[in-house]
Amino acid sequence: MMHSLMRAALLSTALAAGLGLMAGGALAEVVYNRGNDTDPTTLDHQKTSTVAEGNIMRDLYEGLVVQDAKAAVVPGVAESWTVSEDGLVYTFKLRADAKWSNGDPVTAGDFVFAYQRIQKPETAAPYANMLFPMVNAEAINKGEKQPSELGVKAIDDQTLEITLNAPTPYFLELLTHQTGYPLHQASVEKFGEEFTRPGNMVTNGAYMLESFTPNDKIAMRKNPQFHDAANVKIDVVNFIPFEDRATCLRRFEAGEVQSCSDLDNQQMDYMKANLGKQLRIAPYLGTYYLPVKVKKEKLADPRVRQAISMAIDRDFLANQIWRGSMLPAYSFVPPGIGNYTESPVLPYAKDDLLDREDAAKALLKEAGVAEGSLSVELRHNTGENHKNTMTALSDMLKNIGISSTIVEMEGTGYFDYMKQDGDFDITRAGWIGDYSDPQNFLFLFESDNLGFNYPRWVSPEYDALMKKAAVTNNIEERAGILKQAEEILLKELPIIPIMYYSSGSLVSDKLKGWEDNVMNVHGSRWLSIEP
Amino acid sequence: MILYVLRRLASAIPTLFIIVTIAFFMIRLAPGGPFSLERPLDPLIMQNLERAYNFDKPLWQQYLIYLGNLAQGDLGPSFTRRDFSVGDLFRTGLPVSIQLGGIALSIALVVGVFLGALAALRQNSWVDYMVVGTATLGITVPTFVIAPLLSLFFGVMMGWLPAGGWGTWRHMVLPVATLALPQIAIIARLTRGATIETLRSNHIRTARAYGLPAHVVVGVHALRAAILPVVSYLGPTAAALLTGSVVVETIFGIPGIGRYFVQGALGRDYTLVMGTVVVIACFVIAFNLIVDILYAWLDPRVRFD
Repeated sequence: MMHSLMRAALLSTALAAGLGLMAGGALAEVVYNRGNDTDPTTLDHQKTSTVAEGNIMRDLYEGLVVQDAKAAVVPGVAESWTVSEDGLVYTFKLRADAKWSNGDPVTAGDFVFAYQRIQKPETAAPYANMLFPMVNAEAINKGEKQPSELGVKAIDDQTLEITLNAPTPYFLELLTHQTGYPLHQASVEKFGEEFTRPGNMVTNGAYMLESFTPNDKIAMRKNPQFHDAANVKIDVVNFIPFEDRATCLRRFEAGEVQSCSDLDNQQMDYMKANLGKQLRIAPYLGTYYLPVKVKKEKLADPRVRQAISMAIDRDFLANQIWRGSMLPAYSFVPPGIGNYTESPVLPYAKDDLLDREDAAKALLKEAGVAEGSLSVELRHNTGENHKNTMTALSDMLKNIGISSTIVEMEGTGYFDYMKQDGDFDITRAGWIGDYSDPQNFLFLFESDNLGFNYPRWVSPEYDALMKKAAVTNNIEERAGILKQAEEILLKELPIIPIMYYSSGSLVSDKLKGWEDNVMNVHGSRWLSIEP
Repeated sequence: MILYVLRRLASAIPTLFIIVTIAFFMIRLAPGGPFSLERPLDPLIMQNLERAYNFDKPLWQQYLIYLGNLAQGDLGPSFTRRDFSVGDLFRTGLPVSIQLGGIALSIALVVGVFLGALAALRQNSWVDYMVVGTATLGITVPTFVIAPLLSLFFGVMMGWLPAGGWGTWRHMVLPVATLALPQIAIIARLTRGATIETLRSNHIRTARAYGLPAHVVVGVHALRAAILPVVSYLGPTAAALLTGSVVVETIFGIPGIGRYFVQGALGRDYTLVMGTVVVIACFVIAFNLIVDILYAWLDPRVRFD
């Protein structure tokens, strides 16, 4: 008995030593365990749409232009480019040393192939419309034109020419989105739908796919063929999905992951007290707002909507309900956006809340609403913070004599309900910009944008301004036009902006190079890990 | 007995068919669809997607297509994890869940029966009170409380074990403990109750009267009868444990199949939900069968006819 116990002990010591040695060997390799919001729907970047998917694709692929650590647009596969005087033709010069992970050169043809494929109806790419500024893109997506008619031409292997429908000041910004990445034609054609499988997948970014285990991790290894491989400091990146943010926090504190892509708001006070500079909260390109069904008689008068807006204590919502993970908002286009002047703001932004409540009551009276006669329904999708927001709103409205009921809906049905002109009074919605340009926010409320114009607001003046901005080449002039549009939006208030999103991340002290930015993009190639 | 098993298996097919049919139409009744996102898709793109997945066909056609594929063992593509078929997801996830659930179940069975029997034999002693007290605690504290506490204490504060993740045996300790603890408690209580009852029964008194040694009376005669309620409890429990736990998998970040049911339902991933329903149904049917066979073997009063 004693003997076998001894043997077991010896064996386990030897095993432990062996494991220790293995761990020692692995230390030479820099591994970054990177928390992500969730697993991607697919690794076929043309079929992705979410932020979490964008994080993964950014490491696997490199577009013509890329976002650096501060989210500024810098050369990627293209080393330089020129734009024609009318702003319609972009000519990209591709770098000669751009290579795929299998050693093939990245050519202009790879971009032509990718941009044609994303518009083919059978690809069914959810974000194909990101590239609709390209000539004929929309018609190809509708099946009205052939993919070969797309306004993208390979002049030679190193020269790519893209022609646009209209001057698009944010076009380079657009190309940093995952829909702008190239595809390795040979492997996509060879493997078909299975080209994203580990072993089949060929990418041109700083990293290449090693394995994908759902609900566990996506492992990537540094791509030795990458043109800037010498400056890529992390050898292995494991993207770990954390649907439960508290789990990420625990593993972060245990030192098992070096960053979390989102925060558990319920533990905000704890994190503020204990994590110091590892807790990052940065302004983000997004707005949390309340669509108001303007067709309803009781809400048709802009004065009623302004009164509701005046009574909302945005500081309380942002700081108390959302524990400082949101910022109070008085405009729809968030600050820090590109191609814009300063956003116009609601005139009572700086006023004291009590004065605002008095003004709101007066405004309601003016609009012929007797005190206590207005009752609204506040509808939200499932979510602790949304529910608390609506409860607080209900209290705030009570202060100006508006009574309210709160209705909760499950997420999937909720957005369909709003989209399909559901019979709501006031709901909540959020919008995160795809690219840093006010058009990407203001286009939501064009009268023909039925997918997003939940209030079903119609303003010919607003539509006209948006159309005018779309054909204006001069950036400053265009910014002025868009500003006028936003002013109309804030005057009519079919949607009440209440908070700007901020991005919350946990970033280990050991993880260097993480720069907070308004797009919340942090390519692993810019990061390094201190032992 | 073989005939009995075959007959039971044959009767499982209509059961499965009914389950599949009900589940297929129920999930379609839920509002929204797999492509309803917060950010709505361009109607044109939506059409393309719906065509690609046969959603443009009438529901009864979709149902027949699904049944046809299912009969050939094809669970279809996943809508929310498009790089995988539902079959792929189960091929990688099911072994993880079975491993985790199997270990937890084995530990729970051995420890639970031992503690239960011990408490019964020392009825109303401090051993008994401790077992009953701990068991009550184990049953009342839910896993979504135990799991983060274990992870926080052993993973974050002490640093003895990983706070989450999957890969080595060390990753298994805390989730196994989380899954096993309440089961130990339930099994211990069941065993204790049944053992006490059995010890008072006629055949045990007879065995004692014959002067059989205590370990034979308890170990062979009493336990065999006392374990019957445990066995019937284990049927559905084993099916539930082996098909993964949403809570434990989410909190520890384990790539099993437990989360697919919830993820599939919330994402309206029809095929994934259906796949989970089929797999769980198969497990439940299989374990009910195993329980019935064990019953007949343990209890001389039950026969296969």
